[in-house]
Amino acid sequence: MTALLAVRSLTVDFAASPPVRAVDSVDLSVAERESVAIVGESGSGKSQLLHACTGLLAPNGRATGSVRFDGMELLGPGNRAAAVRGRGIGFVFQDASGSLTPHRRVGDQLAEIASATRGLDRDASRIESRRLLDCVHLPDAGQRLREYPHELSGGMRQRVAIALALAARPRLLFADEPTTALDVTVQAEILALLAGLCREFGMALLLVTHDLGVVASLADRIAVMNAGRLVETAAAADFLRGPKHPYSASLLAAVPTLAGLQ
Amino acid sequence: MSLLELRGVTVRYRQPGDGARDLAAVDGVDFAIAEHEMLGLVGESGCGKTTLGRSILRLVPLAAGEVHWRGRRIDGLSQRAFRPLRRELQCVFQDPHACLDPRMTIAASVAEPLRALERGLAPVERARRARLRLEEVGIADELARRYPHQLSGGQLQRAVIARALIVDPGFVVCDEPVSALDVTIQGQIVELLGRIRVERRLASLFISHNLAVVARLCERVMVMYRGRIVETGTRRDIVSAPLHPYTRELLDAVPVIDVRARERLLRRAQRARPAAVDRAPAGGCAFAARCPHALPLCRAERPQLMKAESGRQVACHRAGEWPGGLPSSMAG
Repeated sequence: MTALLAVRSLTVDFAASPPVRAVDSVDLSVAERESVAIVGESGSGKSQLLHACTGLLAPNGRATGSVRFDGMELLGPGNRAAAVRGRGIGFVFQDASGSLTPHRRVGDQLAEIASATRGLDRDASRIESRRLLDCVHLPDAGQRLREYPHELSGGMRQRVAIALALAARPRLLFADEPTTALDVTVQAEILALLAGLCREFGMALLLVTHDLGVVASLADRIAVMNAGRLVETAAAADFLRGPKHPYSASLLAAVPTLAGLQ
Repeated sequence: MSLLELRGVTVRYRQPGDGARDLAAVDGVDFAIAEHEMLGLVGESGCGKTTLGRSILRLVPLAAGEVHWRGRRIDGLSQRAFRPLRRELQCVFQDPHACLDPRMTIAASVAEPLRALERGLAPVERARRARLRLEEVGIADELARRYPHQLSGGQLQRAVIARALIVDPGFVVCDEPVSALDVTIQGQIVELLGRIRVERRLASLFISHNLAVVARLCERVMVMYRGRIVETGTRRDIVSAPLHPYTRELLDAVPVIDVRARERLLRRAQRARPAAVDRAPAGGCAFAARCPHALPLCRAERPQLMKAESGRQVACHRAGEWPGGLPSSMAG
């Protein structure tokens, strides 16, 4: 299987005093249509890894090593990472409000992305916006297109943010804690939605979270990150039967479940 | 006698436009908390659980109902008359960053309530008590001398808990105290709260959207949906034999981590229903629009919270049809 995304010896350093190494020689690959989850605590470097791959590091950050998307090197001069953002790699963040422009209607934002990335004309992009909201199971899509982000609930906003990422038809979706800010019932819905969309659109997924409960159901492979390094990478089924690394085991044990209470 | 009792507590928020559209965030809620009891309150965002917690602390005005503390009605008190009760009734909120003054050291923030609620206490004594409480929650002196931005979320939440405890309250409202934290840290804070409950025998209302977290800590659990309590029972009843379809939904949302998790998620994805609709039928059960078991009766008539067996309560027309609890829709 050739990798859609191949990360080799990726290291991310931030110029500060003292300097901070956020990501330390990470190797990771994501195949076409594969779902991979990176699990780690706050500060483990998992978000910076995603940012480094897509050229979104803060100005004092520097990435070295290699990140290839579909064979093309993204690191180094030329800012090729910017070119793959959107159509190549879509992004969904924890805070959906951050992905939405507060003063523009939901429909206009979706149509803009669809026309900018796929060259759809005005009418086609309107129809596409409507279809995208249906894809993310937002009820009353016609009405929602005319609304502003603040008129939606948190769960609905995250659905719209996912629709925005889908509007460019990416081959790989980066999702950074997409459910952390949401209620458990809404979390479960959004996860099911992501799983369904990956199937429907033939999209690969690289998901980052601190909550193993979230990824157990969604990922084909699980990578555990601690202090900038990957400490374990395994097929999800093997991992859930028994993680090898004690740190992975502690993450698994931390998930609040109903075990023992029933 | 109950330590704290709420009767018919109703809180309304003004909606833009005419008064007829006022939203009852909390709608006729009754419950009582016994001495030393930690009562759990679970429900989704916007269900009114935070407003209910705030109504006890007199942080929102009641539209109707009564709050009794140790047998004495406290909801109508003037600010001045309520002041001594501020010592008794404390709170811990979700976001510890928002609860601590960024310009004060942790130790100074923790000592701060004593300045207001125990006037005349010498600064040395305030500092000593702050140190004791911080020790109780596991914050070392060296950390206590730092400022909030220098601490992690878990450390800050420990400090906020220490600050709630410094006036030796009789009751604490814990409103989503772990939701903003990493899961590993959540576990540590839940453990800390459990230890405090045992050691201090402190009564509290523990609010969360995650039933797994609530059931970890609380013997008795209330489930809230759209301003009303829809089910109450022991954690055993709620977890193993839920009577209300909404409770079932909350249970099904708790992750079960095993090798079949993937299968269940894909099944859920296949019959993905539209995102929760926000409109409740007028007069009917507020959950009817989302409920897989709803009948025409449910859309016409609102079910009252009724006594079920062994001290449980449930507000569902059909609860009698599944006395052993609703089975999981995720099974199979």
